[in-house]
Amino acid sequence: MTRRQLIRHAGWFGGAVVLTVAGGEVMSHIAGPRGTTAEAAAETSGALRFVQVSDSHIGFHGPANLDVAGSFTEAIGQVNALGFRPDFVMHSGDLTHLSTAAQFDQVRQMMTGLQTDRVFTVPGEHDSIGDTGRAYRQIFGKGTLGDGWYSFDTHGVHFIALVNTLHLEKLGHLGTEQIDFVRKDLAGLSSDTPVVVFSHIPLFAMYPRWGWSTDDALKVIALLRRFSSVTCLNGHVHQLFTKTEGNITFHSATTTAYPLPKPGRAAAPTPQVVPARQLKAALGIRTVGYRQGDRELAVKDTRLA
Amino acid sequence: MYPNFGHAGRRSRVAAGLAATTAAALGFLSACGQSPHSAAAGAITPGPGQRQVAGMPGASPMPDMSMSTPTSSPKTRAADAPVTGDTVAIKNFAFSPSTLKVTAGTTVTWTNQDTDAHTVTSAGSGGPLHSPALATHATYSYRFTEPGTYAYLCTIHPFMTATVEVTR
Repeated sequence: MTRRQLIRHAGWFGGAVVLTVAGGEVMSHIAGPRGTTAEAAAETSGALRFVQVSDSHIGFHGPANLDVAGSFTEAIGQVNALGFRPDFVMHSGDLTHLSTAAQFDQVRQMMTGLQTDRVFTVPGEHDSIGDTGRAYRQIFGKGTLGDGWYSFDTHGVHFIALVNTLHLEKLGHLGTEQIDFVRKDLAGLSSDTPVVVFSHIPLFAMYPRWGWSTDDALKVIALLRRFSSVTCLNGHVHQLFTKTEGNITFHSATTTAYPLPKPGRAAAPTPQVVPARQLKAALGIRTVGYRQGDRELAVKDTRLA
Repeated sequence: MYPNFGHAGRRSRVAAGLAATTAAALGFLSACGQSPHSAAAGAITPGPGQRQVAGMPGASPMPDMSMSTPTSSPKTRAADAPVTGDTVAIKNFAFSPSTLKVTAGTTVTWTNQDTDAHTVTSAGSGGPLHSPALATHATYSYRFTEPGTYAYLCTIHPFMTATVEVTR
């Protein structure tokens, strides 16, 4: 069976929506447990595989999800049941709902259950309430620079984690100091190094009316344009969305807490109350794979149930 | 539910590098599968300008998971906005009234009637309004002593903006 046939075969079983980037094109298709298991087995060792979880909102109490901690526990279980140990897990913000010390401690303890080599985070605006992220950094800021940004390398891929939730004026904001950090961080990199950028609020203008954009992101995008493969992964909007601009692809992740409306489909981005079955279908985790020598990363989103 | 931005697949390496299962069988206690994993090739190293790697190590044992106690509150409909008074409702992701007129010396109280959290925070820097995160039913009060126009927003949802106009 060729890989293409395998993918088609997998489609018969339904299941997760897969977004794959190849040759600058984003393709979306359905895959199921059989296909993906076979793929996992066919995977050569040495490939990079990491997981993105987002918007767990630990501390949220409302009809949109009566048990966000339970949903996040399920998401952690889903990561641990992937059938491989991810190289790392990135939580892309809104770990908590109200930035309280107890909520930060709870989510930190929960994330120690992730079977992975390392757990990374970036803050969401819910993690930065009233103190420009100080309480967040006390627990999650170790090894970071400035207001909590950082970079790292693994498997030949360069990763940058940005903070765009501390100085909000309608939209996300990075600030001069952080943009300087990115400039210096990228300066020594060869243009064929794959770059992955994490942020909570999208770096592209997904829906500025609801604050779903970052006002000074273009300064960072300009620095990324020379790279042949750039993948920007964000949370915040609680739904899957993908956009490609040249060699840069943006992927908004879904949430483990509660759905938000699609842009403009409601008066405001209020937590959406949906039947239990639909709630689980709206929540999920994301796996990302990369094999050295390939040009693009493969992004795959999996529903919680 | 999921947007489809697919183009017709022209490449055969559609799923290169993919490896994951779906949630169809949620075995959340089966922390299975240390697949072949090369530690040397996969080392995580700090970027330029950094001495140590950020984040925290992942761990093996599952921790105690404390489940939150669910509470719910009924949604309220937006009322017509009075222009004067000393209260502001926060509901349906808006401050109501969006412009409140008071005289100097008035204490204004904001009440969050949403299930989501909000803040009452002066726009720009140097303004007097700095509420903590207001959970459902939480209130915040501030006494305006000086005449002027006070613009404020919710820092969690910065598209929520409003003003208080204080006169003598």
